[in-house]
Amino acid sequence: MTRPDHPTTRPTPPLAPGPYPTSPGSGTAMLRAKPREEAKAPRFRLPMTMIRYVALYGLACFFLMPVYLLIITALKDPVDVAATRMWELPTSLSIDSFRAVIPTLSGGFKNSLILAVPASIISAILGSANGFVLAKWRFPGANIVFPLVLFGIFVPYQAVLIPLVRTMTAAGLRGANDPTGGLRGLVLVHIIYGLPITTLIFRNFFASLPASLIESSQVDGAGLLQTFFDVAMPLAKPAFAVAIIWQFTAVWNDFLFGAVMSGSGAWPITIALNNITGGQSVPFNEAMAGALLACIPTVGVYILLGRYFLRGVMAGTLQGS
Amino acid sequence: MRYRIRRWGPGLLLIAPSLVLLAVFVYGLIAWTIKVSLSDRHTAQESNGFVGLKNYTDLFTNDINDRFTHSLTNLLIFTVVFMAGTMFFGVLWALLLERGVRAEGIFRTIYLFPMAVSFVASGVVWRWLMNSKIGEDAGGLNWIFEQLHLGFLQNPWWTDPDWGMAAMAVPAIWQLSGYVMALFLAGFRGIPAELREAAVVDGASTFQLYRRVLFPQLTPVALSALIIVGHMSMKMFDLIMSVSGAQWLTEVPAVYVWQTLLTSDYAKAAAISVILLLLVALVIVPYLVHTSRVEKRS
Repeated sequence: MTRPDHPTTRPTPPLAPGPYPTSPGSGTAMLRAKPREEAKAPRFRLPMTMIRYVALYGLACFFLMPVYLLIITALKDPVDVAATRMWELPTSLSIDSFRAVIPTLSGGFKNSLILAVPASIISAILGSANGFVLAKWRFPGANIVFPLVLFGIFVPYQAVLIPLVRTMTAAGLRGANDPTGGLRGLVLVHIIYGLPITTLIFRNFFASLPASLIESSQVDGAGLLQTFFDVAMPLAKPAFAVAIIWQFTAVWNDFLFGAVMSGSGAWPITIALNNITGGQSVPFNEAMAGALLACIPTVGVYILLGRYFLRGVMAGTLQGS
Repeated sequence: MRYRIRRWGPGLLLIAPSLVLLAVFVYGLIAWTIKVSLSDRHTAQESNGFVGLKNYTDLFTNDINDRFTHSLTNLLIFTVVFMAGTMFFGVLWALLLERGVRAEGIFRTIYLFPMAVSFVASGVVWRWLMNSKIGEDAGGLNWIFEQLHLGFLQNPWWTDPDWGMAAMAVPAIWQLSGYVMALFLAGFRGIPAELREAAVVDGASTFQLYRRVLFPQLTPVALSALIIVGHMSMKMFDLIMSVSGAQWLTEVPAVYVWQTLLTSDYAKAAAISVILLLLVALVIVPYLVHTSRVEKRS
């Protein structure tokens, strides 16, 4: 399915789709490839080009509609809010909606930060070790272990939920059994279920490094651990960015684990948001303000570091590095 | 023996903690769930009576109002619309972008950013966009149809008893079309330029170029996209909880598991979860096997 040159060997230009070149750090290079043939386009192509741009702008507006609605509603004066007039621009800007939801959401916001930062960093560090071993130190049986690890990316978490809740409760890491309201347990859960994807990201990254790098380090007498810490990890900074961003987004946006693991003081942002928006009694300007606040961190990261985000997206398809 | 330990020992040491955690928390817990699904633990009380596959057969033949088959039907409708929609928009955008356009990065950013948003947050907006009121009271998308004199397009969205699940797929399409676009765009860009040039030299029209040369190259990309989107569809939970909440009209197996857990019927919840796992495994395992085979060949 993925590119034939995918893992262990040096990349060769495949005929089958090769989303990304395997050279380290090149990431989205293909997506940034120069326009081809545009210069040679004969004159009668002009209308085609125009149609293309009209379509692109039209679709962009269409897909930004929810964003428009989210922002204008969140900024409306509550007296202007009505379902039949939801598309109208606000007559005056107001932050009353934010003021109304911030007290209930700030706890969730903080909890999600406490969860997502350590969970993504630790998951990435463990994943870097796994990825390195699976790419450069393939032990007997690695061919069987790797797909088994990858399956963990796709498992529907419902299939582990019942015993997970029991185990975590018994271990004193869930909800009221835990002094942190389940946050510690939730960090652990996110680290564990993040391992498959971080392992894959690093494995693809290290597989793309030339074997000579590792070999020369070995010739110098360095063992695996030393090679990993001194040579591989410093080289893997881009992969760390990809893995951490991906995991941060996944943890921030998680709903299911948060719902079963956390006690009422420890709700992550998604649970806190769903609790205030789920009821019919909440005015929708407040619901929108809450939703806007809840997606600021991940969308912000995406806008600032989009190309790393994109590489995480591609890795999840088992495609490219 | 000593050589083997020295050769592989450090590597195994490095990877062992993760492998143990995954073995226990993925495969161990799945085995445990399967065990629960074969038991008669239907209440909060501890019970370990073995009932074989009864919980499974009950779901198909003995569920009140055929609730489970209803949730499967909903899932099927959702999946078909979701897959068709993401493929349509994803391929369309990739086609529009692949030859290079001005400000391509901005378009890519706009099309892809919904992936960074949680289903819970986007669900809030879509609940209001898919407001079921029509005519004078219309809001959201129905209001726009009203203003554009497209009143016949107004519809009750997910509250429609027959096709509500098709509407429920709309936010999911919004959220994941960009993903399919990214896959196809990378696919297009991965096709060697010589192939195109050769086709153009041979006098192929633009249509022929795409139809005969480029699309056949992208079959594997299309397959990956369908498999990944399809498996996401089967796991769909957050979005539905956020847009409609848990209710009969929009219930899919993942939501059914949730509702069953709330009643402490663990055996039944486990049985539904295992079926869900099997559905996902059915598409993912062949994909994984194929992927690793292709890898080994090279």
